[in-house]
Amino acid sequence: MKEKKKFKKRLNLGGISRSKYYDYQDKLFNYFALGCTLFGVFILIYLMYNILSAGLGRIDWDFITNGPAPRAAATGIYTALLGTLWVMVITAFVAFPVGICAAIYLEEYAKKSRFSNILEINIANLAGVPSIIYGLLGLQVFSRIFGFGNSVLTGGLTLALLILPVIVVSTREALKTVPYTIREASYALGASKWQTIWQQVLPASVAGIFTGVILSLSRAIGETAPLIVIGAVTFVSNVPGGPYHGIAPETGQQLWHGLFDEFTVLPIQIFNWSSRPQEGFKVVNSAAAIIVLLSITFMMNGIAVYLRHRWQKKIKW
Amino acid sequence: MANKIDVKDAHVYYGAEHTLKGVSLGIKKNTVTALIGPSGCGKSTFLRLFNRMNDLIENCRIEGEMLIDDVDIYSNKINVSELRKAVGMVFQKPNPFPKTIFENVAYGLKVNGVSDKFLIQQKVEESLKQAALWEEVKDKLKKSALALSGGQQQRLCIARALAVSPSVLLMDEPASALDPLSTIKIEELIYNLKASYTILLVTHNMQQATRTSDKTAFFYMGELVEYDDTRTLFTNPKKERTQNYITGRFG
Repeated sequence: MKEKKKFKKRLNLGGISRSKYYDYQDKLFNYFALGCTLFGVFILIYLMYNILSAGLGRIDWDFITNGPAPRAAATGIYTALLGTLWVMVITAFVAFPVGICAAIYLEEYAKKSRFSNILEINIANLAGVPSIIYGLLGLQVFSRIFGFGNSVLTGGLTLALLILPVIVVSTREALKTVPYTIREASYALGASKWQTIWQQVLPASVAGIFTGVILSLSRAIGETAPLIVIGAVTFVSNVPGGPYHGIAPETGQQLWHGLFDEFTVLPIQIFNWSSRPQEGFKVVNSAAAIIVLLSITFMMNGIAVYLRHRWQKKIKW
Repeated sequence: MANKIDVKDAHVYYGAEHTLKGVSLGIKKNTVTALIGPSGCGKSTFLRLFNRMNDLIENCRIEGEMLIDDVDIYSNKINVSELRKAVGMVFQKPNPFPKTIFENVAYGLKVNGVSDKFLIQQKVEESLKQAALWEEVKDKLKKSALALSGGQQQRLCIARALAVSPSVLLMDEPASALDPLSTIKIEELIYNLKASYTILLVTHNMQQATRTSDKTAFFYMGELVEYDDTRTLFTNPKKERTQNYITGRFG
């Protein structure tokens, strides 16, 4: 303390102290930055409070397991929840392997060339394309050209396209954290590229890859725009039982017709309810559905954070 | 006696850069050869010729004849994986895999198709003993290799290289990232391993070269300036440039 004072005195060249001015500047910016942080947090808290107070009382087992009904109090989110679930399963099934393999190609196999440069830039750009554009693409390609209609399959494939670039980018980042020396050590023992990737690079980066993959999936869960474009319906009366319907008793064929069922998802359900005039739908039900949707995404983000935390603890290069 | 390793007029280019400019050299079996010279003189590049690690670098072009046991290791008939099994390498910084100690040593065997569990266990123990690490880790083989100290990690990397039974061992400044005590252990190890392996050792440490090696090769600007018995080279160098380098006047 004493030394600090001395130091300041020496710098005080008469008149206004320069260091004092810098101190004020520092403090001012400190408070300003704190204000910015609190601003975001405050808005979020306000939003959460609003939603929780409106919808928390509405959530019970019936709300989860009931299908659509004319009365607000008897309505549930079952069809939307299952719709969301199945769309996510299809999205994950398509986007994960394709995205991860593409990232492995770009990071491990592709030689530096003009072609790979163009590929890289385009994938980075794709991650920034507005989601509604993907909706239009899905409508044209999956719904019309492939003839899947406004089905779960179209929805899942469209969202898979949407998150594909995000998965590629985040997987590449995860692969990049594995130091080159590890690859070198593996090659030096006579391992092939395939062995090095599968036995060293992927295991060392798997938590990072999954973190990115889960975050991208939780982004897809909240998407509304592209699904509206491809024609996800807002009222599904029969509960979708999932894509696979077992084996037909007479013919022995496997029944995958569930893939072509109409569907709705949580965000669309919320969108639909919030645009109705009745208070019970507009405020209470939509708030309750928002709570469910938020819980799902928070849970997924929580898993991602946990994975990253564990991974950092386990592996220190 | 025929040489274990013979190099005739080796050139290496990285793109337009001519990194190794016509090096010829013969190395006898069961000897330690120190490669010395200032940074960027081409000694690491030279070392990496023998397990073809330079192949992994894009734009790298290699000319000349490299023979191990009179076999051209750059011929089309050579399987690079087989070559790397026969020519082990230890790197500058300890780079254990983020796996258990056991898995680190067993990895080389597994990727080369050994699946006999008993054989793997035997080989792991034998290699760890050879690398003078067995006593320290025998009770924690299932623990992560990353929990070991730097010196232990480096000896683990040596054990890992020995496990696939190479005949040549390439060491790229194996002790430069270690404390003095660990360095002494590594040097003792090099001395003991000489009986079974032919060792090439890149080092920046003159004392280390004199303590461990039989022959020393001095590289400068991609050329082999002088190659002789270590004692002769350090006490009575024939070239002025060697004299200047070993006495610390440059580099």
